[in-house]
Amino acid sequence: MLDVSEIQTIEHDVMVIGAGGAGLRAAIQCSALGLDTGVISKSLLGKAHTVMAEGGMAAAMGNVDKRDNWKVHFRDTMRGGKFLNVWRMAELHARQAPDRVRELEEWGAVFDRTKEGLISQRNFGGHRYPRLAHVGDRTGLELIRSLQDHGIHQGIKFHMECSGLELLKDGGRIAGVLAYWRETGRFVIYRCKAVILCTGGGGKAWPITSNSWEYTGDGIAMAYDAGAELMDLEFTQFHPTGMVWPLSVRGILVTEGVRGDGGILKNNKGERFMFNYISERFAPETADTVEEANRWLEGDKTARRPPELLTRDEVARAITAEVKAGRGSPHGGVFLDIASRRPADFIRRKLPSMYHQFKELAEVDITKEPMEVGPTLHYFMGGIRVDADSQETTVPGLFAAGECAAGLHGANRLGGTSLSDLIVFGKLAGDGAGTYVKGLSETPRASDEQITAAVRRATDILKREKGSNPYLLHEKLEGIMSARVGIVRNKDDLSAGVDELEALKAEAVDMKAPGASQYNPGWHEALSMRSLLITSEAVTRAALMREESRGAHTRTDFPGESPEWVKYNVIIKKGASGMEVEKRPKPEGPAHLVALANAKIEDLESGKVGGDLT
Amino acid sequence: MAKRSFKVWRGDASGGEFKSFEVDVDPGMVVLDVLHRIQSRQANDLALRWNCKAGKCGSCSMEINGKPRLACMTRMNSFGDDETITTQPLKTFPVIKDLVTDVSWNYKQNQRIAKFKPRPREADGTHRMYQEDVDRVQEFRKCIECYLCQDVCHVIRDRGAKDEFVGPRFMIRLASLEMHPLDTDDRIPEIRKEFGSGLCNITRCCTEVCPEHIGITDNGIIPLKERVVDRYFDPVAGLLRKVRGITVRK
Repeated sequence: MLDVSEIQTIEHDVMVIGAGGAGLRAAIQCSALGLDTGVISKSLLGKAHTVMAEGGMAAAMGNVDKRDNWKVHFRDTMRGGKFLNVWRMAELHARQAPDRVRELEEWGAVFDRTKEGLISQRNFGGHRYPRLAHVGDRTGLELIRSLQDHGIHQGIKFHMECSGLELLKDGGRIAGVLAYWRETGRFVIYRCKAVILCTGGGGKAWPITSNSWEYTGDGIAMAYDAGAELMDLEFTQFHPTGMVWPLSVRGILVTEGVRGDGGILKNNKGERFMFNYISERFAPETADTVEEANRWLEGDKTARRPPELLTRDEVARAITAEVKAGRGSPHGGVFLDIASRRPADFIRRKLPSMYHQFKELAEVDITKEPMEVGPTLHYFMGGIRVDADSQETTVPGLFAAGECAAGLHGANRLGGTSLSDLIVFGKLAGDGAGTYVKGLSETPRASDEQITAAVRRATDILKREKGSNPYLLHEKLEGIMSARVGIVRNKDDLSAGVDELEALKAEAVDMKAPGASQYNPGWHEALSMRSLLITSEAVTRAALMREESRGAHTRTDFPGESPEWVKYNVIIKKGASGMEVEKRPKPEGPAHLVALANAKIEDLESGKVGGDLT
Repeated sequence: MAKRSFKVWRGDASGGEFKSFEVDVDPGMVVLDVLHRIQSRQANDLALRWNCKAGKCGSCSMEINGKPRLACMTRMNSFGDDETITTQPLKTFPVIKDLVTDVSWNYKQNQRIAKFKPRPREADGTHRMYQEDVDRVQEFRKCIECYLCQDVCHVIRDRGAKDEFVGPRFMIRLASLEMHPLDTDDRIPEIRKEFGSGLCNITRCCTEVCPEHIGITDNGIIPLKERVVDRYFDPVAGLLRKVRGITVRK
């Protein structure tokens, strides 16, 4: 019989799960509030997926174009998200991002500069003005390193290479988290008053993805198991430009900054095809001739933005349509050309990682030749449902921030808003947890039974005589998600997907990892399969329920946005007999925000709309 | 698809040996792809670290055919068709298991470096810095902490002087603070006494292995050594300070 008192126990006030941008920012905030704060991360500190972010972080500082302000940023976010965003989150984000970016500078970040010596800002898809603070094309690294080097001096306890398994509760409340050390395979109980999940998305369920191995939906699955509500998981963003060749690098991200800095998309006939895909919503603000798009690139402020900078959902669909029509590149993508648009030294200076990545992995010199690119699963807009101001989930004491939380991005995320999301809502989650912990009158305590049951579920995988290979099951899952829940969806595929996932779940019951528990990736893979299966099922069931095409969710059987469905969120919850899916009315936005989001850009800029808001 | 031979070091702190694997390799693969194929098909419990698979996170550091490399950036077509590829853990750090080493010493070094202390903001709430003044610092901040430079540094690897020298990675971290236009901290005495700038004998091995092509020695360590010399050993600089009534910490 397993004795819980023999398992290592560590106590903190707050546990942050995940050490990417959101986790580090949340931990810094908790620590600043005087809380004893612990952080666990699956990888070493500074390696989280945040380092992969390239283009920048969106904040309406107006350093490059003075016309920018939080109201325009808010409007862009809502329109990019096809009005499904949580109004208050989009407002908080647009208002607070500039302060969070300046704070990073205070902590040592060194952004690219304008001629006046201020933080430079670059153009990106869906953003009306140059808005992304950036460091070449390695902005994520700058963000994580700045937070890391600041965070290690704040008294935070970092527990590296330690993976969360299950949340522990006392009655309805959070009481801790059970985790294991990857190095030794030993279990550890973190007893705490609040948990902040900052675990990212679940892109590893798809074969072509820009996500690293860590993206297995752990936080989403742990929250679901603990009874929290999930929201709008059908919205999975396919970034339009991932590498397509060679096969082994398929899916690796090619920053949108290439297009922001002038890159254009062409099909195999040499046509700049994006002019054929300008949707009604964006037509008034998008250039409709090559001549106008070129004037914009040269800095003419009266020219409208080129169509390559439409939102990611629109560009990804256009690329898919071109390839389907037989106008694709040799390896099933399209061409992204910056070589003919900008001088070689400009490209090497503004896009050094892209230059490096193509040169070393694909033997392509992007200053001379076009890149071959195609859509890659990149980001979860949906996730755990949270309160906008505190980031608390529907489970008391459980908070979530960053990609694993839902709400800010609606049906489609604009480039550059993921990094700003992390720092804005990481901080707010820290504040939320702080308020919650201070209001607790007693420390919750998890029962031994919960802990022993969770440990047994994990160790069974090692102890079993024989069983299925977790790596091969993972490959099977990728096959299902790619075939059934891809960029273009329909009822038959999604229903078949649900059935296939059920069958896979049954197969996964007896997964077996050979070897001992010490640094055993096979075992780690099996443990993350559980998270991936829950997350994938939630995405598939949500996608089946939403009978419209909106943002990143495209249904061939329900083309176009439905004026009815914009009034609903898809909520997922653990029920007595499995996953429950609910179409729930979305709260209406406050009048002043609705007016901002629907305003004509001229009226917003002249102050006719929103002029009274500061 | 071609069959290739791999020799992978397997074991733990108590010892280990090279194991041979025959693997099918597709065009365009990197060493990390092949190790993943071994892991999923032949050795489920093969331990290795990786994350981004695009040379941006610095996790998959190992020694490939004797050279410190990132497995994700080492293309299979950089080897001869019949060449056997040998992978082993970084030599400078203690083995945990297979290709995974205990790099916690590096995190302890970072913790020893005093944090960034910026000057006050300007009246309008901004910090003004010009691109030409931050280019050098940005070069150092490209570091992905793969620790290949730490692995190859003679002072640490051969002399084992981990108590005396923080290694190239943290010399450039110190340089990134020392040359940061906003930082107000005087770091020179610590760079000399605590962090051991004098121990680097400028063989440039660290610069050679840096996957980010940072000029570690020429742009980072040598300028720091010069600042130390100015402070401690340059009689002219000392005299000028005396004349001007400037006192510096030593």
